[in-house]
Amino acid sequence: MNPRELRGKVAVVGVAESDELGRLPHKSALALHMEASRNALEDAGLRPSDVDAVFTSGRNMANDVPEYLGIRPRFVDGTQIGGASFLLHVEHAATAIASGLCEVALISHGESGYSRVGMPSVRWGPDSVNLQFEQPYGVGGPPTRYGFVATRHMHEFGTTKEQMAEVAVATRKWASLNPKAFLRDPITVEDVLNSRPICWPFNLLDCCLVTDGGGAVVLTSAERAKDLPKQPVYVLGTGTCVTHQMISQMPSYSEWEAARVAGELAFARAGVKQRDIDVAEIYDAFTIVPILALEALGFCKKGEGGPFVSGQRTAPGGDFPMNTNGGGLSYTHTGMYGIFLLIEAVRQLRGECGSRQVAGARTALCHGLGGIFSSAATVILSTEPSP
Amino acid sequence: MAETTYRGPVPVPTPETKPFWEAAKQRVLLVQECETCGHRYFYPRPLCPRCFSSRVRWLRCSGRGRLHTFVVNHRPPKDFPLPAPYVIAIVELEEGPRMLTNLVGVDPDPKTLRCDMPVEVVFEDITEDIALPRFRPATEKPDEPR
Repeated sequence: MNPRELRGKVAVVGVAESDELGRLPHKSALALHMEASRNALEDAGLRPSDVDAVFTSGRNMANDVPEYLGIRPRFVDGTQIGGASFLLHVEHAATAIASGLCEVALISHGESGYSRVGMPSVRWGPDSVNLQFEQPYGVGGPPTRYGFVATRHMHEFGTTKEQMAEVAVATRKWASLNPKAFLRDPITVEDVLNSRPICWPFNLLDCCLVTDGGGAVVLTSAERAKDLPKQPVYVLGTGTCVTHQMISQMPSYSEWEAARVAGELAFARAGVKQRDIDVAEIYDAFTIVPILALEALGFCKKGEGGPFVSGQRTAPGGDFPMNTNGGGLSYTHTGMYGIFLLIEAVRQLRGECGSRQVAGARTALCHGLGGIFSSAATVILSTEPSP
Repeated sequence: MAETTYRGPVPVPTPETKPFWEAAKQRVLLVQECETCGHRYFYPRPLCPRCFSSRVRWLRCSGRGRLHTFVVNHRPPKDFPLPAPYVIAIVELEEGPRMLTNLVGVDPDPKTLRCDMPVEVVFEDITEDIALPRFRPATEKPDEPR
């Protein structure tokens, strides 16, 4: 099948978070999966017994999640490419549904990212290439590795910390309109620049949250979607690319190659252009990430991501609505944030977003990141199967 | 230095990486070069990651390179031996490949550091078997043997 033939064949019919998001020491990762899945199936007007395909990510989760949820999928996918996994799962689910391998796909995420309740251990062995060639130099959490890209981008293109801070400020403005967002108090560029240094060039407010939560998305064929209660949101096009695992192997530190490839594939398959996108949900693990993503996805030229986000262009009222739920920077970030991009995009396209609703949103782009700029997955969604 | 005194992560070589670590102990930095397609790469692998040829050889490096990019980390992992803040760097070797390392012998101040500044390798014994290659700003006499 030509991938362009997938366009509009499959729709998202249910989305939801877990009952609570934030710091949830009273809930395990699998319980968060279950809550989110129940809520998304209710949103879709479907029952657990309708689900015949489960997509999830994380160590052993493709076995654990179906058992915990009491579902016996005949199509299962546990692909783990970090936070972009659930956008990749949309591609895989759409392919499987369109080819008749399954009919109702549940993409499930639950992560006790902050409280670490019921979380599988993921440690590299001392003979892994990571531990031999990166860990001895004091790389720790993500800030120690994402920053290489910010530094080089600043060097090559003159991108500034102020421009990076604009991303955090605009995202917080959206969060202030989202009752579910973890941080909602307004911040200024100065607040970001004066926040605690974490790993230069990142201050605390350049870094995403660390929270607990779950999210789930239900997809089915466009044909079956017509019989379900909510307005279907059609999958127009998807793209995925993986370039490296260790940050020392990133092909270039001034452009995000995986994102460029994923974006080109998604736009080509969707048959839409950048100007057709009404709302963009772009993984914001750090303020530099959307800047690189906007360049890679063709919304601006290489090196112009900093100026692009200046002047609060991505904030409410700006001409490029981005991360309208408050993003990983202010709404929630469980560790693998990608599912929440899809949830927000679908709600925007259904017109369910209340005071943060982007008026007349018909086409949305979701762009996920995994690892340390390692992988990217792009999903373009629309209110029409062939706009 | 005895192994028990070093608290940070200690690499355990695999058969493919052992020559690199043995050379490092002798103050020699090695990368690999593919004799089929000419690709030079780091970290060590038994087949060329560009063309999958098994005709790969070890290439002795000059130890010189440039600071391609860096961060200044204020929050070290538990038990990391360098005092914070410290510089984690991606160095582009004169021979081409890049490696992750530390930049030492400098003020960990981003105002005094710049991408592409010349650097050179220094080896630090962390156990009886393992010496870590780190880098410092290049000295005035880059051709002297180290």
